[in-house]
Amino acid sequence: MIRRLLSVFHARNLEFLRDRGTLIFTVVLPIMLVIGMGFVFGGPQRPLFKVGVLGPHDDTRAHPFLAERYVQFVPLPERTEALHKLSHQQLDLLVDLSGSTRYWVNTDAPKGYVVERLLRAAEPGARREPVTGAAVRYIDWLFPGILGMNMMFSCLFGVGYVVLRYRKSGFLKRLHATPLTAFEFLSAQVLSRLTLILFVTGVLYAGIGAVIGFHSAGSAALLALLAIAGALCMIALGLTIAARFSSEELVGGLLNLLTWPMRLRAGVWFSLEGSPRWVQWVAHVFPLTQLLDAARAVMLDGAGLAQIAPQLSYLAATTLVFLAFGAWSFRWRIE
Amino acid sequence: MSAPLLEVRSLVKQYPATTAVDGVSFSVPEGICFGLLGPNGAGKTTTVEIMEGILPPTAGEVRYRGQPLGARFREEAGILFQKTALQDFLTVRQCIALFRGLYTHGLEVEEVIRICALEKLARRDARKLSGGQQQRLLLAIALVNDPAVLFLDEPTTGLDPQARRNFWQLVESIKARRKTIILTTHYMEEAELLCDEIAIMDRGRIVAQGPPRRLLQEHFAEVLLELPRQDFPESARALPLKLIDSTERVEITTHDLEGTLRALLAAQVPLSNLRIRPPNLEDLFLELTGKELRP
Repeated sequence: MIRRLLSVFHARNLEFLRDRGTLIFTVVLPIMLVIGMGFVFGGPQRPLFKVGVLGPHDDTRAHPFLAERYVQFVPLPERTEALHKLSHQQLDLLVDLSGSTRYWVNTDAPKGYVVERLLRAAEPGARREPVTGAAVRYIDWLFPGILGMNMMFSCLFGVGYVVLRYRKSGFLKRLHATPLTAFEFLSAQVLSRLTLILFVTGVLYAGIGAVIGFHSAGSAALLALLAIAGALCMIALGLTIAARFSSEELVGGLLNLLTWPMRLRAGVWFSLEGSPRWVQWVAHVFPLTQLLDAARAVMLDGAGLAQIAPQLSYLAATTLVFLAFGAWSFRWRIE
Repeated sequence: MSAPLLEVRSLVKQYPATTAVDGVSFSVPEGICFGLLGPNGAGKTTTVEIMEGILPPTAGEVRYRGQPLGARFREEAGILFQKTALQDFLTVRQCIALFRGLYTHGLEVEEVIRICALEKLARRDARKLSGGQQQRLLLAIALVNDPAVLFLDEPTTGLDPQARRNFWQLVESIKARRKTIILTTHYMEEAELLCDEIAIMDRGRIVAQGPPRRLLQEHFAEVLLELPRQDFPESARALPLKLIDSTERVEITTHDLEGTLRALLAAQVPLSNLRIRPPNLEDLFLELTGKELRP
């Protein structure tokens, strides 16, 4: 069994590596995207102070500080989440106006220093709580999204169209006439694509890290584990789509149907905060959303295995479901 | 006679609109070349694909060495389909090596390359081979497990005459190694040259089966006269002759060559384009079905 699996694995790897156009596209596109986004979004932030408010904020008479100009006041119901944003300098200051005024300021943030002065001018007796933490640049936030999206395209289209091409050309039918089983064939495809994805993602991670530099607070081993889990899940999804059908239009349509919502709503480009609740719920069904949530938690917050266990479990479970369905519905030949 | 290597029992394959195979039974002894002949749509490829284990039958069964088709059959069968594409970007040697890796036992890759005369092409991209070279590569892949039974489904369709003859030489060399070969073709010359036994199919049924020479002897004790259709006047159809009409010619089978010639001369049929020849498998098919074998 291993010998048969390795034969198909080796042949598929050769096919991919010699297909120069596909190989270059797979590696170069995400590099260009990251450089472009870094160029566009990596500059100085807009000169607007952003202050999170716990408690009432609509009535400017509630507190003189709320009447300050050039300050955006953002209502936040959860103190923990608000402090998390403050530590990443997504907020410049956090105030609690319910009862005696209390505020938190990130002592590492220059804008926090300025906006604290405004608050203390309005209410000198406000109680101060210092917080520390480096700013999260957009490029740091975007980087996992770019890697994840590249992974998604490579897994879904790379595997889906390859299997479809094999079926349409009659190559699968020829393989069916050998002792090779569907399980061995599918496993070889999964392993081949997984190897290539991990290699490309590793090169991108190291290469872009060296060129642009990005923040990663967590463990590289945990990121590798996430990459494996995410890639396996999306390869399995690609195989499920390609398991049975013989029409390029149909498979292309189904793959687009899957990738477009993930491209737009999985939080690749922008955070899902602020989206309607049902959109967020639907987005969390996508494997890409789960992968990005966990990757950002590791890279930005230094999350450990326990913190990302729910996402890992989700990816593992859906991988099994997709693989089981794919193996069940797999067809060697055009019906 | 040796025990059959393959037995086909009451095979039926039905599709929603048609019955492709309609109760076919035959057996193939070990070490012979068995030909399945018939025009396109006769059901021969469907029959062979069921025998190869690629298609499930609607009814009936195929047995290999007395057992239903299984893992042993897949290890011991070599198959050359009518149409097969290989993986892109692989060389000839790598294509053969890929399939060699799928079998437990078999020949060395280099030996298969030598048998199929692919030495000079071994490093070439398989997509850049000519039609004849491509068929030799597909034959090499079919031989890579040193098969006990080799299926060749219309292996020379689309090849030029020289490539076809080269391919026949290869098949004859494989026959010399005592391999059992199942050949489907609609080229009668190919069947007469290579097959020890044939089954002629029409509309999903076998209409005749046996060694080609015996079948011809059974059905034709006569000689065959062939005339261009335009040389055969309508008035001559009234003669008491056994006629077979085909697209471009009229054929007359007869025991009494002299008497037939006299009758044709008396009916003022021009004989300058007359051909007299022994019957062949194509004539047999015409005799049995009233149709030309080629589409």
